[in-house]
Amino acid sequence: MSDPNYLQQVSTQVRRDIIRMVNGAASGHPGGSLGAADYLVALFMEIMDHDPKNFDMDGKGQDIFVLSNGHLSAALYSVLSRSGYFPSEELGTFRKMGTRLQGHPCTEKGLPGIRVATGSLGQGLSVAIGVALAKKLDKDPKKVFCLMGDGELQEGQVWEAAMYAAANKVDNLIAAVDYNGKQIDGSLDDVMPLGDLKAKWDVFGWKVLEAKGNDMEDLIKTLRDAISYTDKGIPVVILLHTEMGFGVDFMMGTHKWHGVAPNDEETARALDQLEETLGDY
Amino acid sequence: MTQTATVEKKATRAGFGEALLELGHKNPMVVALCADLTGSLKMDAFAKAFPDRFFQAGIAEANMIGMAAGLSIGGKIPFTGTFANFSTGRVYDQIRQSVAYSDKNVKICASHAGLSLGEDGATHQILEDIGLMKMLPGMTVINPCDFNQTKAATHAIAEHRGPVYLRFGRPDWPNFTPADQKFEIGKAICMREGHDVSIIATGHMVWIALKAAEELAMQGVSAEIIDIHTIKPLDEDAIVSSLQKTGCAVTAEEHSIHGGLGDSIAQCLARKIPAPVEMVAVNDQFGESGKPLELMSKYGLDTPDVVAAAIRAMSRK
Repeated sequence: MSDPNYLQQVSTQVRRDIIRMVNGAASGHPGGSLGAADYLVALFMEIMDHDPKNFDMDGKGQDIFVLSNGHLSAALYSVLSRSGYFPSEELGTFRKMGTRLQGHPCTEKGLPGIRVATGSLGQGLSVAIGVALAKKLDKDPKKVFCLMGDGELQEGQVWEAAMYAAANKVDNLIAAVDYNGKQIDGSLDDVMPLGDLKAKWDVFGWKVLEAKGNDMEDLIKTLRDAISYTDKGIPVVILLHTEMGFGVDFMMGTHKWHGVAPNDEETARALDQLEETLGDY
Repeated sequence: MTQTATVEKKATRAGFGEALLELGHKNPMVVALCADLTGSLKMDAFAKAFPDRFFQAGIAEANMIGMAAGLSIGGKIPFTGTFANFSTGRVYDQIRQSVAYSDKNVKICASHAGLSLGEDGATHQILEDIGLMKMLPGMTVINPCDFNQTKAATHAIAEHRGPVYLRFGRPDWPNFTPADQKFEIGKAICMREGHDVSIIATGHMVWIALKAAEELAMQGVSAEIIDIHTIKPLDEDAIVSSLQKTGCAVTAEEHSIHGGLGDSIAQCLARKIPAPVEMVAVNDQFGESGKPLELMSKYGLDTPDVVAAAIRAMSRK
């Protein structure tokens, strides 16, 4: 097991990457990316059994991840590159003409680590279920992970998928909700409240876990718990209590940075708060 | 000519169901998903024979399309089945992002397309689906003309790598193509040679076009009938070589005049061999309840409509 302190250092570098990428592109979604960075680092660097150097679309014999809230692309690309899927220098091409690092993830440009296009919300859990069903048919014991935004849960398709997975015992699947309580237009409670989210997943027939989404030790512990609940006839979901903009003081506590890039001065202020640990791209 | 007089009738959807069952035996990678219309899609034989490879999605088409995309990531060849309306318009964004843009090897199989669905009325009679699907980059669009051709097409798409929209219908319909026909995706079939007018038809309308050719022959007109089972990619060479002979065209489809076969043919001719085109299609309207043949007559998709369009096209040469 990796040292949680080391993984925390990776998270800090990922946050630097996110800030520099969205600043370099003058567009993107820093808030949610910063909030979910710790989960992605824990997943890719500690939990998942995968082979970054030999990516192939089918992913047989490997754990598979689907980012349903594709606007967190900056976080995913950083973690993919820091895990070894592609050189981190390529992060500088984010959202620029000709890049493999499209604004939202896609397969068309051939970026290793991406197996389906996402961005139009609500679709990733269904895809993850399909991958999980294929693994069952192939008697492949590896797991499927899927991250969704909390605002994304307003999409009806998510609940079609939730119903299917429970009814059909898709128990090799671990979903997670980036539960930061914010979306573009404001707080979820103002825009479209989710009510008792834990109870909702529970009555849909899922095993519900909760984690401190910006606490590396708690994330790893909860992900390990989640794996221990797989193969028991019910799908598992983790509610990640995260903070949008985590790690940069002026980006926290607001929905303002959901889809706005920091300017050069704001970028400098943000980077002052994030130590360069692995080396900038 | 009396070749259209006595032909056995069978539904195109039954051809799909038979082929799917055969594929189940032949190719272990083939899996099927259905959204609560297993009997209507004739998928019940597959579901019974291969319960582990059949996924009942319930009335949740969006999730069905997403699961199909996911199954293909694991190397499976998923066939989804529901009515054409629910296969396209209802799930357009799911097909666009999770299947087409992601280049997934998913076969979207759609029954009850067009007016010939009949009594259920306009809510179910989609006339826009060819247009919706052909607009998607990389999507192959196929509308076979009878039972045998639907069966052959179902086998062919399993061998083809990439997303496919396979459109067929509900009613019993003349089964006039040979059972052992060679079906090549993107390759038009000349059903009858002629030199005065090219009648280019797809789906159920191929049969209507053949009947129209017989009537035209009695009037001394020699019509060439081309079965365009694959609307995309379009067999432009076949269209051009027919037009070089005839100099004018009629298109015939059980679809809106906007976005369907007629548009594709007109675009091809405009680019390659400008010529008069008349279109037999539904004129920017929704359908309604009724018997299939009554509806096709009311909405201008019957034999006399094709005959009249041929005369008009020839007069404009």
